[in-house]
Amino acid sequence: MAQPVQSPSVPVSRAPSKRARGEGNVGDAVFRWLTAAFAATVVVTLLAMAAEMVGASWLSIREFGAEFIVSRDWNPVTEEFGALPFIYGTVVSSLLALAISVPISFGVAIFLSEMAPDWLRNPLGFLVELLAAVPSVVYGLWGIFALAPWMRDTVEPALREHLGFLPFFQGPNQGYGMLTGGVVLAIMITPTISSVSREVLRVVPRTFREAALGLGATRWETIATAVIPVARSGLVGAVILGLGRALGETMAITMLIGNRPEIDVSLFAPAYTMASVIANEFTEATEDLYLAALAEIGLLLFLVTVLLNVLARLLVWRVQAQGGAAT
Amino acid sequence: MIARRAFVLIAMCSVLAFGCSRKDAGADVAGAAVSLNGAGATFPYPLYSKWMAAYNQLHPEIRINYQSIGSGGGIRQVIAGTVDFGASDTALTESERKKSAAPLHHIPTTIGAVVVAYNLEGVQELRLSGDLLADIFLGKITKWSDPRIAAQNEGAPLPDRTIAVVHRSDGSGTSAIFTEYLGRVSPEWERSVGVGKSVRWPTGLGAKGNEGVTGQIKTTPGAIGYTELAYARQNGLSVAALRNRAGEFVVPELSAISKAAENAELSEDLHGSLTDADGSGVYPIAAYTYLLVHGDARDPVKGEALAKFLWWAIHDGQRFAAELDYAPLPAKVVTRIEERLRSLKAAGKPLLSEL
Repeated sequence: MAQPVQSPSVPVSRAPSKRARGEGNVGDAVFRWLTAAFAATVVVTLLAMAAEMVGASWLSIREFGAEFIVSRDWNPVTEEFGALPFIYGTVVSSLLALAISVPISFGVAIFLSEMAPDWLRNPLGFLVELLAAVPSVVYGLWGIFALAPWMRDTVEPALREHLGFLPFFQGPNQGYGMLTGGVVLAIMITPTISSVSREVLRVVPRTFREAALGLGATRWETIATAVIPVARSGLVGAVILGLGRALGETMAITMLIGNRPEIDVSLFAPAYTMASVIANEFTEATEDLYLAALAEIGLLLFLVTVLLNVLARLLVWRVQAQGGAAT
Repeated sequence: MIARRAFVLIAMCSVLAFGCSRKDAGADVAGAAVSLNGAGATFPYPLYSKWMAAYNQLHPEIRINYQSIGSGGGIRQVIAGTVDFGASDTALTESERKKSAAPLHHIPTTIGAVVVAYNLEGVQELRLSGDLLADIFLGKITKWSDPRIAAQNEGAPLPDRTIAVVHRSDGSGTSAIFTEYLGRVSPEWERSVGVGKSVRWPTGLGAKGNEGVTGQIKTTPGAIGYTELAYARQNGLSVAALRNRAGEFVVPELSAISKAAENAELSEDLHGSLTDADGSGVYPIAAYTYLLVHGDARDPVKGEALAKFLWWAIHDGQRFAAELDYAPLPAKVVTRIEERLRSLKAAGKPLLSEL
């Protein structure tokens, strides 16, 4: 006779019991404190970093105040510093990368988890993960010698011809600029998003698919109604991971974005990102105010990353709430 | 990914540190080992690493480590006293000089040149005057077929193509030398852009490092940019002949670069500008690169080893320069540096008494 594991009359608390938390046993107590200490290092590191960055950029914060965020001027010679073109470049290039990468990545993930024949699934998945392991400087070099000339001679003229009425595709094109930067970021984050999405889709219980098919749904309807809604929050998580990589990417984008601190609505025009300007100018900056301005850019990058992550987290919660209401 | 990278980095560092510390320990047993640490400019790094290896073969008891972290970092570290000597492509500014507790001296070690490289099919020779070059980098001349370019290049098949200006995006001594030259030859450049390792470029694309500039010039028809001489030579880029003060168009040859130093003024503290120098046959965009040393060394043993190494570098070391595309110091400058090296002291005692 199988006994019920827990009698219904015992109240089920969600928090672990005293024993489960490791109280009353010396070994467990030590273990508990040890893990708590490790968990605390994350918080301490984060706070220490934030404090250190505020300290390093204090000179610039005091000198420029809020002007720093809205000024478009970046002139190390006259020591006038404004971060807006860098913030713009980072945000726009990352969003551009997501716009290109997300449909492709989801396509890859759905194919790998739902459509691909078994013999293809593992080799293809392995190849996708291999792409994620290519160092970013290699993407950058490949970008200079292959992607930028191709963008300049083929893609950008085509965009200008067919979509030239949009302000995004006007002006001179040299192959180096926001669009090329966005494309290389998209290539770099696609493996991340698609491999995480594939794992998320895989853990959707088989019975959901069988139930949908049993009700007469087609393959498409099964994926659209039974698989994706369940996996939705995980998919958003995959996109957040990709966004994180795009925001912080430095080397490849520096080599392709043209490094010009200007805000131009055309995607052909060169731009600049926050991570790039730090990498480019920090080593040779000797003046205190200049160093502080670069440190403040670092601080802003930190804040932009936190902000976008919080937004994405809120999005996940909303999606989850909706998903909960639907089921 | 990042965690994995960090781990590999830590693993590599610890292996390196372990290897070094073992070597040090071994040398200490042999006795009288001196280890000198320096940091700074990336531009002379190939020459310095060659020197340090060659000098170590001559004097196995002296080991010199040099980290090419950039001039800015080198200046910061030598002021902070974390290294025994610094290296910089530019002379110390007044504020940097004030930050240093003990006086720092400039020792010129070699002369480098910045060349103007371009990508124009069928154009074997390009001749540019300084003001024309400045106007291209100011964005005032935008086509290769501009009559002002044609006037200096009669018969050259200049295309009706947009000029794609490429400059360094990272802060660099190369940019400092190049902008110093443009400032000398163009009052407008001096006024609206100025001179520096990073400036607000009026036009063009920024590329990271000499390798990035070289790559963009190679892949962009109609491009013009500037790199160190060595990069342009090793990558087979076409380089422009520039007009010097004497009115001659000069291609960047090592002899023409050394000539700039023969005529130029050298300050009391042994630094000087070589851009747009006077004299016939002079190439106009050249510069010294310096080691920064303390006039009064804290550690006499280290101070003596460093002074002797510098003595060797400005004499025997100069023969390594040409093969690495650096121009050797002229005899006149070497004599001045000799005086300075003889004046270096530790605790009030001259370091090179027997020389």
